[in-house]
Amino acid sequence: MEAYLFYIVAAITVVTGVYLIFEKNPVFGALYLIQTMVSIAVLYILLEAQFVAAVQIIVYAGAIMVLFLFVIMLLNLDIKEEAKNALPFQRIPAILMGIALFAVICIVIKAKLLQGKHDQYTTAYVNTVGNTKLIGNLLFTEYLLPFEITSILLFAAAIGAIMLAKRKL
Amino acid sequence: MNKELFAYLVIACVKVLLVFGTIQFMIISMIWLERKIMAHMQVRLGPMRVGPHGLLQPIADGIKLLFKEDIIPEKASKLLFVLAPAMALIPALITFAVIPFGDKVKILGYNVDLVITDINIGFLYVFAVSSLGIYGVVMAGWASNNKYSLLGGIRSSAQMISYELTLGLSLIGVVMLTESLSLVDVVNAQGKLWNIVLQPLGFFIYFTSAIAEVNRCPFDLPEAESELVAGYHTEYSSMKFAMFFMAEYANMITVSAIAVTFFLGGWQGPFLPPVVWFMLKLSGCLFFFIWIRSTFPRLRYDQLMHLGWKFLLPLSLLNILITGLIMVIKG
Repeated sequence: MEAYLFYIVAAITVVTGVYLIFEKNPVFGALYLIQTMVSIAVLYILLEAQFVAAVQIIVYAGAIMVLFLFVIMLLNLDIKEEAKNALPFQRIPAILMGIALFAVICIVIKAKLLQGKHDQYTTAYVNTVGNTKLIGNLLFTEYLLPFEITSILLFAAAIGAIMLAKRKL
Repeated sequence: MNKELFAYLVIACVKVLLVFGTIQFMIISMIWLERKIMAHMQVRLGPMRVGPHGLLQPIADGIKLLFKEDIIPEKASKLLFVLAPAMALIPALITFAVIPFGDKVKILGYNVDLVITDINIGFLYVFAVSSLGIYGVVMAGWASNNKYSLLGGIRSSAQMISYELTLGLSLIGVVMLTESLSLVDVVNAQGKLWNIVLQPLGFFIYFTSAIAEVNRCPFDLPEAESELVAGYHTEYSSMKFAMFFMAEYANMITVSAIAVTFFLGGWQGPFLPPVVWFMLKLSGCLFFFIWIRSTFPRLRYDQLMHLGWKFLLPLSLLNILITGLIMVIKG
């Protein structure tokens, strides 16, 4: 049952991802991206990571993509104009860098470099304590420093955005 | 299929149908009640012709909308134009999946929780789903290919994004007190004392942002007739328009139900059965919406943004700070 669900959702994720790249109309592209985000959230739920799934939808599908769509709709980009502006000499470096990125991701996954907590943190244990509680605890004890640094980074980005948008306050 | 699983499925389906049916019924009766109550507040009679005291008016309106010509503008983006009303309505309805409307009851020997599903991230689920409601409005505004629709859609989504933040933050205080994200736990924790007593500021912020979130008067700028014709649903007719209308009322019922769950003790109450208490509180909240609509004039757009970002947002952060401080002092 779970495996079938995974195959269906994974297929939707990949197909919408491909559509996103080949779609000419930016508004539809953004909508495909939203579908991809939501499908990934479903995949998180299948992995029993409910907290991450909810945050994925709230932050990406609910907040960031709305702003994306917003800007695209306001600009009302003309499809033909877009095609003209494309830079032909970008293509070859783009393909090469794409392959390089894919290779790096493969190496990282293969070498198991990015592994979080495991040992005692089995699925059964996580479910008894509660997903959100455990993440909160770890975030404010063991991972406090990275957490705070990330928040400062985001804060700086927010200030930068305001400075760019409103030169004179 | 074994008996346990079968019973579970049947119970789940019955609950879903029951809740869905009740919401539909409430939407229909809300339309009549709103017209009646507002009329009486303005010393008018309201609908009187169709049925006794105009009781059959919503049904007449529904039939009228059903038989109207369904117009899709020539230059509209057809797929999105058709999809948008559904995108607006569905999030409003599926939020109810986590709202508890009664205590455990025993029916035919089975223990039935009067909530469709109790998930441990209930609070986050509510906000994940309600944040998707914006897309219906944005898509309708863009797909109509009409400048009034687009402006209405943009206004509405800007308003919803701004107030969603305060809406979420105002409930954090309750979550801190309950120490759980499950809505069932939130209600159970209010057996002795309703959260509105502990979180009066939170309730005030929640209700103000809730009115703005569902685009109701005095925050109904997206459909300010004098400026924008009818906002994002200018080009909509027939049942598609009806769906936007239903979405507005369904949203109103949803935010009221959340207010009841988080601040007014959910189904808790003496003497009467829990479900009755829940419906009574819900009706009270909905009456409040109508009352406010017929009392306040519409805000200006800059006033709305000022209220959201410069007043309600700092206030909700202050509320979290005070709640945290008191919790630390009391241990």
